[in-house]
Amino acid sequence: MLTKRIIPCLDIKDGRTVKGTNFVDLRDAGDPVELAARYAEEGADELVFLDITATNEKRKTLASLVDKIAHRINIPFTVGGGISSIEDVRILLDSGADKVSINTSAFKDPELINRLSSEFGSQCIVLAIDTKQHADGAWYVYLNGGRVATERKCIDWAIEGVARGAGEILLTSMDHDGTKAGFAKAITEAVSKSVPVPVIASGGGGAPEHFAEILNGPADAALAASIFHFREISIPDLKSYLRLHSICVR
Amino acid sequence: MKVVVIKYNAGNVRSVQFALERLGISPTFSDDPETILSADKIIFPGVGEASSAMTYLKERGLDQVILQSTQPFLGICLGMQLMCSHSEENNTACLGVFKEDVKRFVPNQAAEKVPQIGWNTIYDLKTDLFDRVQENSFCYFVHSYYASKGEHTVATTDYCGPYSAALHVNNFYGVQFHPEKSADTGELILKNFLNLPL
Repeated sequence: MLTKRIIPCLDIKDGRTVKGTNFVDLRDAGDPVELAARYAEEGADELVFLDITATNEKRKTLASLVDKIAHRINIPFTVGGGISSIEDVRILLDSGADKVSINTSAFKDPELINRLSSEFGSQCIVLAIDTKQHADGAWYVYLNGGRVATERKCIDWAIEGVARGAGEILLTSMDHDGTKAGFAKAITEAVSKSVPVPVIASGGGGAPEHFAEILNGPADAALAASIFHFREISIPDLKSYLRLHSICVR
Repeated sequence: MKVVVIKYNAGNVRSVQFALERLGISPTFSDDPETILSADKIIFPGVGEASSAMTYLKERGLDQVILQSTQPFLGICLGMQLMCSHSEENNTACLGVFKEDVKRFVPNQAAEKVPQIGWNTIYDLKTDLFDRVQENSFCYFVHSYYASKGEHTVATTDYCGPYSAALHVNNFYGVQFHPEKSADTGELILKNFLNLPL
């Protein structure tokens, strides 16, 4: 049986792992290569690296970090941050990444998803969506690491992105991110029901029961960062808990 | 030991290279028939689309090179699918090493997403490729098409029904999962392949 996945996320800034709450207040959480190796040994199912300062001149630094990670670990990993062209993706895949995640650039140029998926295959294109619930009750897409609001509904964008060739959705609720109060169940469920590809829930995972709730429900995978970095929850303990609650994990 | 990875237009081979390097092997990447056929072991990876990959192989005569090889040969993911007889992906005639056909997953329930992405178990393990690999070990899969079960099936996985996780005939092996990304289990399977006698 296909298992549900636990995915530690490493936000990278200037080659170090950082994690803030609600997308600000960055704290240093260590060397990404060492953290990645630790997570792989502890039984993480995949890893996600998001370069939150990716700019043109820094992309080479990211590629060399990806190369170091790929030499070291034997589980799949996704890299995101500032990707906006076929060439960007090629460099990262050539450095050893298995998948890339795209966000703002895809929203501004939706054709990018078509181009990337036909060049590299849907299986390595993850569409990351940052979303926030507005007063009207609907969830809207945010760009640029959550700093820029749009008028596009999250569900509509997810459906379009998958139709254009995204192979997976990484859905981050900005309302839940950093709160450790649980994942955004309703919007994750709504997205998961609307698209035929796997959905990774992100934002709000603070305790094993939060993971059990979202994975017993709509999510195919759950992503979290600081609770793993700061050893608030260990991956083996989390998996034991999930197994006890009849969730199939590796 | 000389390990050659067949270089063609399908996908990301870097992770295969790194996995072999972790096992102390520096593979050669080549699309040259002589280089490929002089290898001790041949690896045929691939992530991508079947018909464009087959066209590319045929244009360079690599289809015949593959069929001529007599050394241990391992197809991975799309590589394995191309070794089957036919793929539903753009109705593609494949190499025909394995008699099994490749079909698209048809979900039975909403929880079954296509592509299948993630860790699934392999069982009914046969051949030396799975020496010391425990039944129901987890391997990492990413695919929308699968090889049906048949006489060459040497490992089975369940997703939208049972299908071939691995195939074997003569010197040819194929695995649908990614051993290079399947943690310790994958490393053991790659080691077993590298240890196969010539």
